[in-house]
Amino acid sequence: MEFFTEYGTILILLAACCGFFMAWGVGANDVANAMGTSVGSKALTIKQAILIAMVFEFAGAYLAGGEVTSTIRKGIVDSAIFKDRPEDLVFGMLSALLAAGSWLAIASFKGWPVSTTHSIVGAIVGFAAVGVSPDAVNWGKVGTIVMSWLVSPIMAGTLSFALFRSVQHLILLQDDPFTKAKRYIPIYMFFVGFLIAMVTLLKGLKHVFKDNGMSLTFLDSALIASVVGLLVAILGSYLLSKVKRDLSLETDNRFANVERVFAVLMIFTACSMAFAHGSNDVANAVGPLAAVVSIVGSGGDIAAKTSMPPWILLLGGGGIVVGLATYGYKVMGTIGRKITELTPSRGFAAELGAAATVVIASGTGLPISTTHTLVGAVLGVGLARGIGAIDLRMVGSIFLSWLVTLPAGAGLSIMFFFMFKASFGL
Amino acid sequence: MTLSNSISNIFGVSPIKPIQNHMAEVISCVTKLEEFLNATFDDDWVKAAEVFDLISADEQSADKLKKEFRMHMPKSLFMPVSRGDLLSIITQQDNIANLTKDICGIILGRQMAIPKALHADFLGFVGSSTVTCEKAHGAINELDELLETGFAGAEVKFVQKLIRELAAQEQKVDKKELKLRKKLFNLEAELPPVNVIFMYNIIDQIGALADTAEMIGNQVELLLAK
Repeated sequence: MEFFTEYGTILILLAACCGFFMAWGVGANDVANAMGTSVGSKALTIKQAILIAMVFEFAGAYLAGGEVTSTIRKGIVDSAIFKDRPEDLVFGMLSALLAAGSWLAIASFKGWPVSTTHSIVGAIVGFAAVGVSPDAVNWGKVGTIVMSWLVSPIMAGTLSFALFRSVQHLILLQDDPFTKAKRYIPIYMFFVGFLIAMVTLLKGLKHVFKDNGMSLTFLDSALIASVVGLLVAILGSYLLSKVKRDLSLETDNRFANVERVFAVLMIFTACSMAFAHGSNDVANAVGPLAAVVSIVGSGGDIAAKTSMPPWILLLGGGGIVVGLATYGYKVMGTIGRKITELTPSRGFAAELGAAATVVIASGTGLPISTTHTLVGAVLGVGLARGIGAIDLRMVGSIFLSWLVTLPAGAGLSIMFFFMFKASFGL
Repeated sequence: MTLSNSISNIFGVSPIKPIQNHMAEVISCVTKLEEFLNATFDDDWVKAAEVFDLISADEQSADKLKKEFRMHMPKSLFMPVSRGDLLSIITQQDNIANLTKDICGIILGRQMAIPKALHADFLGFVGSSTVTCEKAHGAINELDELLETGFAGAEVKFVQKLIRELAAQEQKVDKKELKLRKKLFNLEAELPPVNVIFMYNIIDQIGALADTAEMIGNQVELLLAK
């Protein structure tokens, strides 16, 4: 269509800029939450956390972000409706991006809770349901997504509860917790490596494999993932052997040295958390961009099956990294300073429970809120009597924030949608 | 950008450290009791007044810690232990400091001359009471280790053992109190009656120190049971 030949580049540029801005916002704000437990429990310094985040957020976004991006791009909206007016889909996705981006900016400025995932999903549903027609929305998929928002904190909480209980029984309650820690922690490291590798191989590298004509069976993936897990465990054991027992620390706290051992484990869980977060949240920024690119690229032919060009995930990952480098480190510092009571043994249980949930959701293509999942995980450890004090009022306000974010994102998106249609004279 | 969905906001201040700090202040108060008594036994009321000032200062800082603790205990706080139990514990701890100050206040105010025959028993009695309080302090100090292990396992058994020892010590104090009261009873006819009444009063209150310490032990046991 001539519309796309005329305006195609502008639209893509606009979408790319908005996508980059959203990704920057994720890096500046969201990542600090994901890595906050590592910094707060003193397992990592802020510098180390930022470095790990930069590498693994990018890796997660590029290697495992494809499924969720696909959902945001074409899972929520019923493309068939847009066959005769593909430009509406382009405007809609652009509006969704702008809406989510502006909501992120407004809410952060005002200090309100904001979830990038809820914003973008609300925005997309908004423009589709109101701007076009309620049939334009794939309500079945939206229902699944909303269910996942309820299930993910519960799942993370259950996982973290179980992890902390296992740490309790295997290590903390034993006679010589320091030796037991060095013996059993490599098992947890194996699981971290196995989980990340498994999800990446099963779901994330699909776009890489398809191009090369490779394919892996489930068993193949499991075997490779086990090897990766073993390598991680071996590396971890080596690092653990470097931790020497300093008896002078034990006069104040009998478990001071055990916690130092857990701090090594937290390096690995921090990597997994960054990876998981990148894999799930990059889609919030570049999912709509991917939709715009595919429509413009095919000249308005919605039905054409296009694979997602890799530069989109690169842009998203890059935006996150830039956000981290420019603003994220400051936010991480603030969060890290405020969490004073978390020890590595707790931080590990919460972080791994959350990371596992998020990365599995990414593999299933479900966009979930990392912050909610992490809160659920912390509550899980709290239920196992592992945390001194959790403020349930703040938990409530975080969990209820979607009540504001969904309509706000939808409303802004609808507004931008009609603005776009008017300004392009359609 | 202020972050109200920041993950750090959901972590409250752990109640365990403030309780331990408060107990440390209370014990610092109670352990000065022997010094105070010795000064009064030597008839050195100037020194006694100085020690009383120190005890007063300790009791006031304990009060401050207690008030701060209560202000940071909203009902919305989700903790591994019951909020009511914690508030009870700190109240009991504070009672020990209050009792100590009251005891010294009365003795100082009346320039109470305790008969020489009773000095040794008195010191033994006060010493035992102080030891009971210190045993309670030991149990309170284990609270952070209990939290670390998630209130399970060998640490629980260890704290239960401490509490049993605390109860046994309180029994000893009871026996000493009985012995002291008997001795005073035998002397009371020769002493000014008002002084005698206040002396019984003081003995009661010193016994109450140990009783309160034992109650703290019971509260900790309740904490473990939850």
